[in-house]
Amino acid sequence: MTGEILVLAEQRGGELRDITFEMLTSANKLGNEHGLAVTGLFLGHGSSDLARKLTHACDTVLVMEDPELANYNADHYLIAMDQVIKDRKPFLTMVGNTSMGMDIVPALAARLSLPLATDCVEVSIAEGRLEILRQIYGGKINAKLTMKPSDQYLISLRTGSFDAEAEQGKSGSLETVPTPSWTKLRGRKFLTYLEAALEDVDIGSADILVSIGRGIGKPENILLAQEFADSIGATLSCSRPVADEQWLPKSRQVGTSGKTVRPRLYIALGISGAYQHQAGMKNSDTIIAVNTDPKAPIFNIAHYGIVADMFEVMQKLTEKFVEK
Amino acid sequence: MDIVVCVKQAPEVIDAELEVNKEGKEIITDDLEFDINEWDSYAVEEAVRLKEAFGGRVTAITVGNEDSEDVLRQALAMGADEAIRVDEEGFDLSDAQGIAKGIFQVVKDLSFDLLFTGAQSSDYGWGQVGLMLAELLDLPYASLVVGIEIADNKLVALRELESNTQEKVELPLPAVLTIQTGLNSPRYVSIMGIQKARKIGIKETGPDELGLTEEEIGPKGSAVDSQLLSIPPAGEGAEILTGAVEEISEKAAQIIREKGGVL
Repeated sequence: MTGEILVLAEQRGGELRDITFEMLTSANKLGNEHGLAVTGLFLGHGSSDLARKLTHACDTVLVMEDPELANYNADHYLIAMDQVIKDRKPFLTMVGNTSMGMDIVPALAARLSLPLATDCVEVSIAEGRLEILRQIYGGKINAKLTMKPSDQYLISLRTGSFDAEAEQGKSGSLETVPTPSWTKLRGRKFLTYLEAALEDVDIGSADILVSIGRGIGKPENILLAQEFADSIGATLSCSRPVADEQWLPKSRQVGTSGKTVRPRLYIALGISGAYQHQAGMKNSDTIIAVNTDPKAPIFNIAHYGIVADMFEVMQKLTEKFVEK
Repeated sequence: MDIVVCVKQAPEVIDAELEVNKEGKEIITDDLEFDINEWDSYAVEEAVRLKEAFGGRVTAITVGNEDSEDVLRQALAMGADEAIRVDEEGFDLSDAQGIAKGIFQVVKDLSFDLLFTGAQSSDYGWGQVGLMLAELLDLPYASLVVGIEIADNKLVALRELESNTQEKVELPLPAVLTIQTGLNSPRYVSIMGIQKARKIGIKETGPDELGLTEEEIGPKGSAVDSQLLSIPPAGEGAEILTGAVEEISEKAAQIIREKGGVL
C-alpha cells in the first residue's frame, strides 16, 4: 500500500492531550505493517513548540497556525480538515473519540461523504479494507466490523486503547500548511472554558474510595453507602448516573468527564463499569467490585469480584467494622 | 421556540443478559426491554422545558418500526405536541449516514429554532446522527451539551469536556445540539399520561415517500460491510469471591483491613 494515515493532534490549554500520542502509537503500528506514512496535523496558534513534540512520532507534521485556531471551534476545524483531507487524500484519518473528536468527525464524514467508524478500540487493515473493533451495548458485546472498500476512511479512536508514547523513533519534518479562507462559517463562537467549581471534598486525594453507581437505586440509599464509607474511613465517590441524578455532586464523579483517581483501595458498588468510568479508576492499587450482574464489565478490571446484592454486602461489612 | 427532537427506541443494556446468535451476526433481542434511549429522554425534557419557558411547539421524530411508537408516545406524554415516525422498512442495516439522511428528508421542510438528538445511543453508541444532520442542514451545532441559556436569538451551550471541564460556546439560531445525560431531570410520565397521549395522532412516512433510494439507506448505503459479534469473556481480571454472603463479606473485610481500611 502507499499513502498515509493522518492524525489530528489534540491540544488544550497549551498542552497536547494524551490521546494524540495514543493515536500516533496506533497509526505507527498500522503504518509499519502496511507501508503507510504517518502524518500529524497540528491546528493551533502560537504553539509551534507543541507541534515540534509530534515530530518524534510522525513522518511529517503539518502545522496550520491561525488566531482562529487558538481554541477548538468546530466551524474552523471542519474547514481546515476538509481542506487538508481533500488536498492529501489520506487512506485513513484518525481523531480522538473525545469531546473534540466527537464534535467534528460525524460532520466531517457527512461533508466529505466518507465512511466513518467512531469509538474504535482496535484498527487493522485486511485486503485494503479497514477492520475495526468496537465495544457496544455498554461494553457487553464486542463488534468486529469490516468496512466496505474505500480509498479513504475516517475513524475516531477510544481514549486509553493504546499507550501514549511521545518517543516513537521518528524524526519527522515540520511543514506549514496555508490557512484556508474562513468562509461559510456558521457563527459558532468559543467563549470560555469552565473548570470545576469548588469541591466539598477532593476524591483525588483519598486513600480509600467507596464508589456507588446506578445500583444505589434511590437517593435515600446514599446514607447507607456513606455509613459504610465512614466505617472504614473511606471517602464516598460515584459513577456518572449518580451525579446525573444529582444524588451526589459532580465533584464526586469518577471517570473521563469527572476525576481520575488512584486510591490504595477502590470499592465499586453497583457500578457496571462503562469504559468512561474505568478510565478514571483502573489504576487504583486494589479494586473490589460488587455487582449482581456477573457479566458487568467492571469485573474485567477489578482484582476481587463479588457477585451479590450491594446492599447485603454493604450491610454486613458496615456491621463488621462498626463493631470494632 | 419550535424544537424538533429526534428519539429512538433502545434496549436496556445495564442489567440485560445479552446473547449473540450462532453466526455472530445479530444480538438476540427477544428478552430485552426497550425504552426511550436514555440520552434522548434528556433531549425531550429539555425541549419541553424550553417550550414551557418560551412558547412554541415540540415535534418528536423517530426512525423505527411500529413498536417504536411507544417512545413517541412517551415524548408526547412528556409534553411534545407532534410526533412523526419514519418507518424503518428499508432502513435495516443503515449506518448513521443513512439514518441522518432519512431524518433530514423529514426535517428539511420543517421550520424550527432548535433540533436536538441524544449524544449517543445505549446500543451501538456511534454518536453520529446529530452532527451529520447538522451538516446536511448546514446549521451550527454543539455536541455533548450539559447546559443551555437562550437570549436575543442566541444560544449559549455548555459542552462537557474531559476532567471536570466545560466549554461555553455561542451559537446563532437555528442550531443543532446533541444532548448529554445530566442536563436536567427527565420528568416521570405515568401510564395514564401515555394513555392520554394516544389521542394525538402520529404522522407516518417512509423512504419511498421521502424520495430515498436503496443506494442511500439500508445495507447498500452503509459504510459497514459485515459485523462479527461476540461476548467478551467475563471477569477475566477479577478473582471472584464465592460462598455465602457472610463468608464473602469476611473475605472482603480482610482485604479492606489489609489495605488499611479502619475507623
